[in-house]
Amino acid sequence: MKKSLEIRSIRKSFGSNEVLKGISFRIEPGEIVSLLGANGAGKSTLIKILSGAYTDFDGEILINEEPVKFNSPLQARFVGIETVHQKISDGTIAGLTVAENLLFDRIALGEISKFASPKKMLKEAKPILKKLELDWDDSILSQDVFNLGIADQQLLLLARALSHNPSLLILDEPTSALSNAEVVRLFKIIQKLRADGVAILYVSHRLGEIEELADHLVTLRDGVIQSIQSKPFDWDAALHDMLGISSESEDFNADEQHGSQVVLSIKNLQVFNEGKNFSLDIRSGEVTGVIGLLGAGKSELARTIFGVDKVKSGSIKFHGEIFQPKSPIDAIRKGVFMISEDRARDGILENWSIANTTSLPFLKGISSSRILNFGVETDLAKGMIERLAVVAQSYRSTVDSLSGGNQQKVMVGRWLMQDSKLLLLDEPFRGVDIGARREISSQIGDLVRAGNAAVIFSSDIDEILESADRVVVMVDGDIKFDAYLSKTSRDEIIKKMSEVA
Amino acid sequence: MSNAMVKKEFVARDFLVKYGFIMVTLIAFVAFYSTQDTFRMSTTFFSMLKYTSVVAITGLGITFAMAVGGLDLSVGAVAGMSVTLSAMTMVIYDKSAPVAVGVVLLAGLLIGSLNAFLIVGLKIPDLLATLASMFAIMGLKLVPVRGRSVSSGMMMEDGTTAKGKFTDGFLKIDNGSFGPIPFAVIIWLVLTIACWIFLTRTTWGRAMYAVGSNPEAALLAGIRVKFYRSLAYILSSLLASISGLILASRIGQGDISAGNSLLLDSVAVALVGTSVLAMGKPNAWGTALGAFLVGVVITGLTIAGFPYYGQDVVKGAVLLLALIFSFTLSRKKSRFISAT
Repeated sequence: MKKSLEIRSIRKSFGSNEVLKGISFRIEPGEIVSLLGANGAGKSTLIKILSGAYTDFDGEILINEEPVKFNSPLQARFVGIETVHQKISDGTIAGLTVAENLLFDRIALGEISKFASPKKMLKEAKPILKKLELDWDDSILSQDVFNLGIADQQLLLLARALSHNPSLLILDEPTSALSNAEVVRLFKIIQKLRADGVAILYVSHRLGEIEELADHLVTLRDGVIQSIQSKPFDWDAALHDMLGISSESEDFNADEQHGSQVVLSIKNLQVFNEGKNFSLDIRSGEVTGVIGLLGAGKSELARTIFGVDKVKSGSIKFHGEIFQPKSPIDAIRKGVFMISEDRARDGILENWSIANTTSLPFLKGISSSRILNFGVETDLAKGMIERLAVVAQSYRSTVDSLSGGNQQKVMVGRWLMQDSKLLLLDEPFRGVDIGARREISSQIGDLVRAGNAAVIFSSDIDEILESADRVVVMVDGDIKFDAYLSKTSRDEIIKKMSEVA
Repeated sequence: MSNAMVKKEFVARDFLVKYGFIMVTLIAFVAFYSTQDTFRMSTTFFSMLKYTSVVAITGLGITFAMAVGGLDLSVGAVAGMSVTLSAMTMVIYDKSAPVAVGVVLLAGLLIGSLNAFLIVGLKIPDLLATLASMFAIMGLKLVPVRGRSVSSGMMMEDGTTAKGKFTDGFLKIDNGSFGPIPFAVIIWLVLTIACWIFLTRTTWGRAMYAVGSNPEAALLAGIRVKFYRSLAYILSSLLASISGLILASRIGQGDISAGNSLLLDSVAVALVGTSVLAMGKPNAWGTALGAFLVGVVITGLTIAGFPYYGQDVVKGAVLLLALIFSFTLSRKKSRFISAT
C-alpha cells in the first residue's frame, strides 16, 4: 500500500479569478509535506481539489505514476485519498455512538447493515482503533460521540480515515482545537503513520509544528508555489516566500508618528488557555500594527479588549483605570471601538441600508428620548459616505449590495463618525481593493494625529508597513517584538514572525 | 432575451412582490362587495373587523418575537389563560372589571418574563421553550377551575352559586362601540399604531430588528442582545393577554377551550405581514393587513355559503400565497424565522 502522490500543473479558476496557477509537487510514501500560505494563497482550494470537493479543474493527479480521476469525496476515498478537515464537528455525527461514527463510511456504503446489532458494531469498530493504538473499551464505543472530548473526536476522525488504508492523508489544521498534551499525542500518531509508509499532506499555520513534523515544505502565494524546501528549513526564506517581496521602497512611512501617552496598558494578559502571557502598552498618537500569522492570537487580543471574550488572566488598564468590559457596549461607552475580522459574518446585517448600518452602534446619538430622528441619521450616513468616499447609489442602498472595499469602508467609517479614544481594527484590509485600503488607512492616520489611539491587527506585512507607525509581532499568543517601523525592517519583522518556539 | 426584456420582467416581478398582496386583498374585497349584498352592509364590515381584532392583536405580539428572529408558540395559551383568569376574578372572586384587567395583564407580563428567562437565561431554543410553556399554561389554567368553564351563576364546590358575574363594563370591551366603530377595533388600531411606532421609530425597535437580522453583528455594535430578546417575548405575551381580554368579553364566560385555534391563525397573519410591501421582515401594518385579508376572505366566503369547516383550507392557501410572494418571487432574502 505504499504509494506516492504527484500533482501536475493544477489550475483552478473561479470566474475570471485564477486562484491556482499551475501547482505541481510530489509526496513520496512515508513523507510528510507541509503546505504553508497566507489567507487567499490557494491552500483550501487545493485541499478541496485533492479531497474531491472540486472536480472542475485543469491538471493531473497521479498515484504511483498512474493518473487518477474522481468526481466526489467518496471517489477520492476509493483512489486512496483521505482528508481530515479542520472543522471537527463537520465530521462526526452527534446522536450516533462512537462505534457507529467509526464505521459510518461503511454503514453509508451498505457494507455494514444499518440494523447491525450493537455487538457487531463493536466488533467491527475495534480493529479500526488498533491502528491508532487507542484503548477505547466497549463503554466508550457505545457512548454518543457527543460525549467525547474534542481531541478524542479528532482521533476518531483520524482513525476512520485510516480504516480505509489511504495512500495519502490530508490533515488540515489538525491541532487548532487541541491542547498541548493532545498535540503531543497526535504527533506521535502522525510519526508512526509516516513510519508505516503513509504519504501525508500537513497544512498548518504553526511553524513549530511544521518544523517538528515535516520533511518538505511547500510555500504557496497567490496560487503559485514560491519554493519547495527540504529539511532543515530556512524559516526566514519561507516567510519571505509566503508574504511576498514588497515592490515599494523600504522607507514605508515617511510621516511616522510617535505617541507619548499610554492609553491602554495590558499586564500579563493571556489570550490562549494554555498560552504564555504578555504585557503591552498602546499609546495615543500612533498607529500600532499587531502582526502575526493566523492563529497567533491577534483576534483573541482584540476581542478581549473589546469585551467579547473574557479576560483569562492578567489585567487591562484604560487611562490608568481597570478596564474590564462585560460586553461590547461597556467598551463602546468608554470610546473603545472594534471592527471585527469577518465583516460578512459579524458586521453586515442582511438587507440593511448604509444609513441604518452606520447608525446602529450609536442609536442614542440619532434619537431623543428613544425616538429616532431620521434626518440626523441621514446626515450621519451622508457624512460618512463623503468622508470615506464610499461608492454607493445612495445612503439607502443595502450594504450587502456594495463591493467588498465599499462594504469595509462602511464597517470602518461608522466608527470613525463618533468620538473614538481607541480603535481596534481586526484584519481591516481583507478582501479590500487598494483604493479602499488607502482611504481607510489615511482615515486611521487622521484619527491618531487628532490624539487618539488605533491598533491594526493583520497577518499581511505590507498592510502593516503601509498603515502603522509601530509594529508588534505576535507568535503563538505571545509578543515577540515591538518597535517603531523606522527602527526595524521588513526582513527583521519576518524574522521575528518566523522564530519557531 | 434582450436586456430590456429582462429588465421589464424584473420590474413586473418587483411590482408583484411589493404590491401583490395588497392587490389580492383589494380584489377579494371588491369581489365580495360586488357579489354579496350582506357583505355591503356596514355592520358586516365592522363585525368582521371586530372578530379579526383578536387574531390581529395576537399576531402583533408574534411580530415582536419574529422581529428578534424567534417565534412564540405560547400566545394562544396565554390568551386562553386570560379568558379563564378574567372569569375567575369576576365570577368566583366577585371583583370589578379593572381588577380583572389588571390581573390578566400582570399574568401576561409574568408568562412573558418566564419565556424570556427560558430562552435567554436557560438558552432553550425559542420554539421548544414556548412549546413547553404553552402546554404548561394550558394545563395550569385548568387546575383552579377543576377543568370546568367558569360562568355567571355557576355551582361552586360547596354547593352555593357563584356570587359574581361578568360585569357590564367588561362586556363592553367587545360589544361596546364608539359610533359605529367597536371598541375592540379601536384597541386593535391603537395597538397597531403603537407597535408600528415602537418598531420603526424608536431605538428599541431598531435594536430588535438588528438582533433578528444578525445577533453577532448586533452584539459587536453594542446592542444589548439579551435585553431585546427578552423584551420581545414579554411584549408578545402582553399582547396575547390583551387579545385574551377581548376574547373573554366576547364569550362572556370562562370557556376553557377559548384561544385554542388562536396560535396558528396569528402566526399565519404575522407571516403574511412580512410579505406586505416586500418588507421582508415582520412589521406591524403588515400583520394588521394580513389579519384584515384573512378576515375579508373568511367573512366573504361564509356569507357566500362556504362551509365553516373549510376555513382552514382557505387560511392555508392565503399563507401559502404570501410565502410565495416573500420567498419565491422576492429577490430579497426574507429573514423572519431564525436559522437555528
